[in-house]
Parts: sequence; structure tokens; C-alpha cells
Amino acid sequence: MSDDTTFTLEVLRYNPESDDVPRAEKFTVPYQEDWVVLDALNWVKDNVDGSLTYRWSCHMAVCGSCGMMINNEPTLSCKAFLRDYLKDGTGTITVGALKNFPIEKDLVIVMDSFMEKLEAVKPWIIRSTEKPLDEGTFTQLPKQLKRFKRHTMCINCLLCYAACPQVGLNPGFIGPAALALAHRYNLDTRDQGKDLRKDVTASEDGVWECTFVSACSEVCPKDVEPAGAIQEQKIESSIDWALDHLIPGRKAR
Amino acid sequence: MSRKPYEPTLPNTWWLEKPFYIRYMLREFTSFFVGAYVAILIVGLWQLSQGPDAWGSFLGVLSHPASVVFHVLAFVFATFHTVTWFALTPRTTPIMRGDHFVPPGPIIGAQYAVWAVASIVVLVAVLW
Repeated sequence: MSDDTTFTLEVLRYNPESDDVPRAEKFTVPYQEDWVVLDALNWVKDNVDGSLTYRWSCHMAVCGSCGMMINNEPTLSCKAFLRDYLKDGTGTITVGALKNFPIEKDLVIVMDSFMEKLEAVKPWIIRSTEKPLDEGTFTQLPKQLKRFKRHTMCINCLLCYAACPQVGLNPGFIGPAALALAHRYNLDTRDQGKDLRKDVTASEDGVWECTFVSACSEVCPKDVEPAGAIQEQKIESSIDWALDHLIPGRKAR
Repeated sequence: MSRKPYEPTLPNTWWLEKPFYIRYMLREFTSFFVGAYVAILIVGLWQLSQGPDAWGSFLGVLSHPASVVFHVLAFVFATFHTVTWFALTPRTTPIMRGDHFVPPGPIIGAQYAVWAVASIVVLVAVLW
């Protein structure tokens, strides 16, 4: 291919001041073999239309800001190489805001609902008994860390929420990332807050809203495995339910 | 400036968008056949408890071509349901041995082994 190869970047845009629904706009963008979709968006913003609005920060799949629908798949745009989408540097790539979220403008979603859900599962270490400082630090074996390590890798990019049809069908669903993080702290040997989290995680809007589509785990750029984390909590919740009915006086939260 | 976020809605045809979702819906759909087969089995047990005549008429219904077609379909879908479920198990029940997770192979294999043993036990019990 020649150096002046171009491709079409079709962006689903939404301007709250003039639009009622999102509309597609096409841009002709120079192809660079080492570019990702985020580079193409930056090129458009710098050279064609400065009003193009999207979130990004690190450009290295760490910050979790630049998630969007690329060819209708929830993807980090900093991880999406143009060469994987185009043949000989030509063709069309479509880009839109993440699904299942309100759109603030262009590719920027409103993520307030997620922040509330995240806070609801108390994603921090909770102690019911504090240890005196002179007893030293909490120790953890490598295998105890390994048990939950993958669930700690979440960067809150929300690709899993965009992939999950249950999130789209029931906006109240706590959702994959928040439930995986709840599981991460429940599994942490230093934590004593599992019962507190169950009020949310074992509720109707918690793990039981999940039908194990498992698209969340498929699109996760960090291999957090939220689908597995949710199923594990379902098993635990079922055991709680059974024990509550078998043992008089027992009541799991 | 006031805000006016666009609120998207998920169309009922969302599952037709991607092969991944279609496969998921197919797996869910197979549950109907698994459930229907279990219901027929329970009806059969009840008929058995009602005496030889009731049992005989139940067997008569079972031998109807429509019933045979249903059972073939139920077998195919139940197998699909089982195989896909087995494949998902390592993710729902991760097992640690020592400092490491048991790889998916043995977990999936163990389920097939239990399936085979259970099938042989049933077969022997029927033929005995």
C-alpha cells in the first residue's frame, strides 16, 4: 500500500444541543500501520473537527477511559489496531458510544449509574475487628492472593456493561464489574465485610439478575472474568438460602 | 448549559445482532426441552403409580410418532445443553490445588467421567 492510503472512520455522533438521536458522520483518515482507533480519533479532532468528543488518557490500556463500540464490539480504542480492522489500509471502521449507557455527547457516556453501583458493593477491605498495630501487618499466602488476583485487574472501562444484555434490559442490575469487585473483596482473607455486601450482591438486582450470557468476560481487556465471579456468588447465595431453610434461627444477610 | 443525554433502549432483537448472543439464546432455548422432558418423566411416574392400565396408555402415547420426534429433539438439545454447561463449569467453580488453579481440562473431563459412569449404571439397571 502507498503512504497516502486512507480509510473511512464512521463515527456515531450526538450533539445534545442540536440532535435528538445519534447520527453517523464519516471522516476520511490517513492510514498508519502502527495506529490504533484512538489515534485516528485524535487525528480527526486535531485536523478536521475539534468538537469531536471522547474520553481518553493513558493510551496504553490501563486507565479504562477510551472504551467505545468499534464495529459494534465494546473495545478499548487504544487497543484496537487499524491493521486488524482494515484490509490493505482501506475500508470502513465504525465507532459509537458504549451501549447500555446514556450518551452525554458523541462518544462520551454518562457513567453516574455505574459509580453508584460500584459504591453500593463496598469495594474496599472491611474489618469488623481491628488488629492492634503492635501485632503487625495482615499476612496473606501466595495462594490466598492468587484466588482473587484476576478480579483485582478491573480498570472500570465498562466494556462489560456494554456487552451485557441484562444491563440493557434492566438498568438497575448491579452489573459485571461491580459484582466481580465485590467477589474480589469477599475472597480476600483480610476482609470481613462479605455479609454487608450480600445485601446488594445477593439481591434481585445483584447476581440473580445475571443469566450467564458471559459476554462480559469475552470483552474484558484485563481477563477479570466477571461472569465466573458472579456464578460463584450465585452458588454461595443458593447455599445460604438452603441453610436458612434447614437450620432454625439462621438468617444469612 | 443544560444537559440532554440521549437515553438508548435495547431493542427486542438484540440477540440477533451477534452469533455469540444467538448461541446464548440457543442454550437458553434448550432448557425448554430439558424441562418438558422432565415433566413427561414425572407424568410417567405418576401413571405408573396408577396401575397397569394407566401405564399402558402412557406407553401408547410415548410410541406416537410426534412423541418420538420430540424425544429425538429433546435428546439433541439436552446434549447441547449439557456439553455447553460442562464447558462453562471451570469458570463457575474454580478449584485450587496448592498454589495453583486446576486447569479446565480435568474439571471438564471429570464431569464427562461422571456422566459416563451414571449412564452405565442406568443402562445396567435397565438391562438387568
